[in-house]
Amino acid sequence: MKILVCISKTPDTTAKIAFADNNTKFAADGVQWIINPYDEWYALVRAIELKEADPSTVIHLVTVGGADCDPIIRKALALGGDEAFRVNGDSPDSFYIASQIAEIAKKGNYDLLFTGKETIDYNGSSIGGMLSELLELPFVSYAAKFDLEGNTAVIVREIEGGEETNKVALPLVVSCQKGMAEQRIPNMKGIMGARSKPLTVIEPVTVDALTAIAAFELPPAKAGVKLVSPDTPEELVRLLHEEAKAI
Amino acid sequence: MSVLIFLDQSEGHIKKSSLEAASYGAKVAELLGTTADAIVLGNVAGDLTTLGNYGIKKVHTVKDDTLDHVDAQVFTKIIADAAKAIDARVIIFSNNFNGKAIAPRLSVRLKAGLVSGAVALPDISNSFTVKKNVFSGKAFAHVSISTDIKIISLNPNSYSITTAGDVAEIVAFGATIDMAKVQVTSTDKVVGEIPLSEAEIVVSGGRGLKGPENWAMVTDLAKLLGAATACSRPVADSDWRPHHEHVGQTGLAIAPNLYIAIGISGAIQHLAGVNRSKVIVVINKDPEAPFFKAADYGIVGDAFEVMPKIIEAVKKLKQA
Ligand SMILES: Cc1cc2nc3c(=O)[nH]c(=O)nc-3n(C[C@H](O)[C@H](O)[C@H](O)COP(=O)(O)OP(=O)(O)OC[C@H]3O[C@@H](n4cnc5c(N)ncnc54)[C@H](O)[C@@H]3O)c2cc1C
Ligand SMILES: Nc1ncnc2c1ncn2[C@@H]1O[C@H](COP(=O)(O)O)[C@@H](O)[C@H]1O
Repeated sequence: MKILVCISKTPDTTAKIAFADNNTKFAADGVQWIINPYDEWYALVRAIELKEADPSTVIHLVTVGGADCDPIIRKALALGGDEAFRVNGDSPDSFYIASQIAEIAKKGNYDLLFTGKETIDYNGSSIGGMLSELLELPFVSYAAKFDLEGNTAVIVREIEGGEETNKVALPLVVSCQKGMAEQRIPNMKGIMGARSKPLTVIEPVTVDALTAIAAFELPPAKAGVKLVSPDTPEELVRLLHEEAKAI
Repeated sequence: MSVLIFLDQSEGHIKKSSLEAASYGAKVAELLGTTADAIVLGNVAGDLTTLGNYGIKKVHTVKDDTLDHVDAQVFTKIIADAAKAIDARVIIFSNNFNGKAIAPRLSVRLKAGLVSGAVALPDISNSFTVKKNVFSGKAFAHVSISTDIKIISLNPNSYSITTAGDVAEIVAFGATIDMAKVQVTSTDKVVGEIPLSEAEIVVSGGRGLKGPENWAMVTDLAKLLGAATACSRPVADSDWRPHHEHVGQTGLAIAPNLYIAIGISGAIQHLAGVNRSKVIVVINKDPEAPFFKAADYGIVGDAFEVMPKIIEAVKKLKQA
């Protein structure tokens, strides 16, 4: 079994969101970078669990981005990846990123390709679907449970207002969310071992981006909270009805 | 050229988020000086000519039992073929679970730039730019699409349903339907409850409610308001409430008209899932709770004391 896990870097969940260069770039100064939570907690940890169940499993990691991704990918190796690729290209365009991952995927002959359900910075929810179309593979999105029965994946995925159980023959692409696995912390052995695991930097293939970010914008600041006295909570109901017209 | 809107159905009914997409698509068509067509796959109950009401001129249908379950690969091929057949230049999805599965595949198949999570109409004044949600609701990006065909998936609850009072024409689309590689073995839907992603009002509880035995104040209020219920992550993690109620960075992101947060501190990761709500009400006994900074209305007080009175007042209002 060969698994490819897509790893992306995002600002820490508590990072201050601000923009530079006339609102065209994220202001990255002083920002702590983390592995996108869905990629780390769910996609990667579930892959590691599959390897624990079947030690012949090989886990490859791929990230598309500059050298500033290296600490992130090393951490993913420390958690349990066997080998990593960094495609040295930087673009926020989903089609560009998916195309780079597809190149790696075609060479690696993977049985399973895991992505997170979305990145918490660009919120595209697109890479998994694009990758599956590029590779002409089935795609199961928003997976909350993943199991293997021989060469068949049994997946519970979220749909509007509930869940659905799917069966699919490998290979396929799965986007992962809460429920797949539990968060883990890398141990000392993992951290030491990660230093000697291969991290190969690959130059990107030429791909024309289909979209570009023209500008960012922060939402207008809230006017401030209108407080109602705890002694007259019914006043809140009146305000919501008459002023906000929300009930 | 035309605009094509994918209308998503669940158990034979067009979803509310898809009607928003229809209204949005009709407006996009108007901006571009063309007409809006829709595509509906699978069996739908009721009269589809009423979709004219949302500005749809023509509805392309493929009635086939195998299409009652969504397989992203199968659906992508049919929608791509339909888009080619009617020369669609803009294709609209709702950015719901099915939209998120299909739109990216279609983007690759048609080499059409995709903006997912759109929150406003495209700006077509010089290039074609769409405002979308980024950084989990903490900011917006204006994304330009440079390809001939453009795909937009619209965030639920970000465009109001508009009605036109017209009648749509129904045409059967002769699609080639591939065999689905993904087999659906069971579905499990929460019956009788309003799906959180579609709810206009959401009542939500946090760790401040102390335990699941105190949840009546959330569920009773929700029932009175016709609202869905939600919770913070530790509440779902402690199994006080089902996991599908968890909202925030790692749970569901929602944007209802009204979000009522009871006993929730308002951690940044919680806010990431709810800060697009139009009106936010916070009930928390700690005046320093960060949630008050994001709120429109609030009560600094003990939920156990104020909630019964609020529920009484809502009862009175509903009876009036
Ligand atoms: C990477 C990451 C992702 C995360 N994702 C999410 C997420 O998706 N969703 C999420 O919710 N959290 C998430 N969290 C956790 C988040 O940081 C907070 O820990 C969590 O939201 C706190 O939940 P809470 O407000 O219910 O509990 P607490 O922080 O314990 O707050 C309880 C609140 O109730 C108030 N209170 C107590 N008693 C009463 C009373 N009698 N009446 C009124 N008020 C009272 C208190 O003043 C307090 O403000 C994430 C954390 C990390 C690190
Ligand atoms: N630059 C990247 N490199 C590798 N994988 C990525 C990258 N960006 C996104 N992904 C993967 O695709 C998933 C969905 O991302 P997105 O479509 O941008 O929301 C993420 O959770 C990652 O698993």
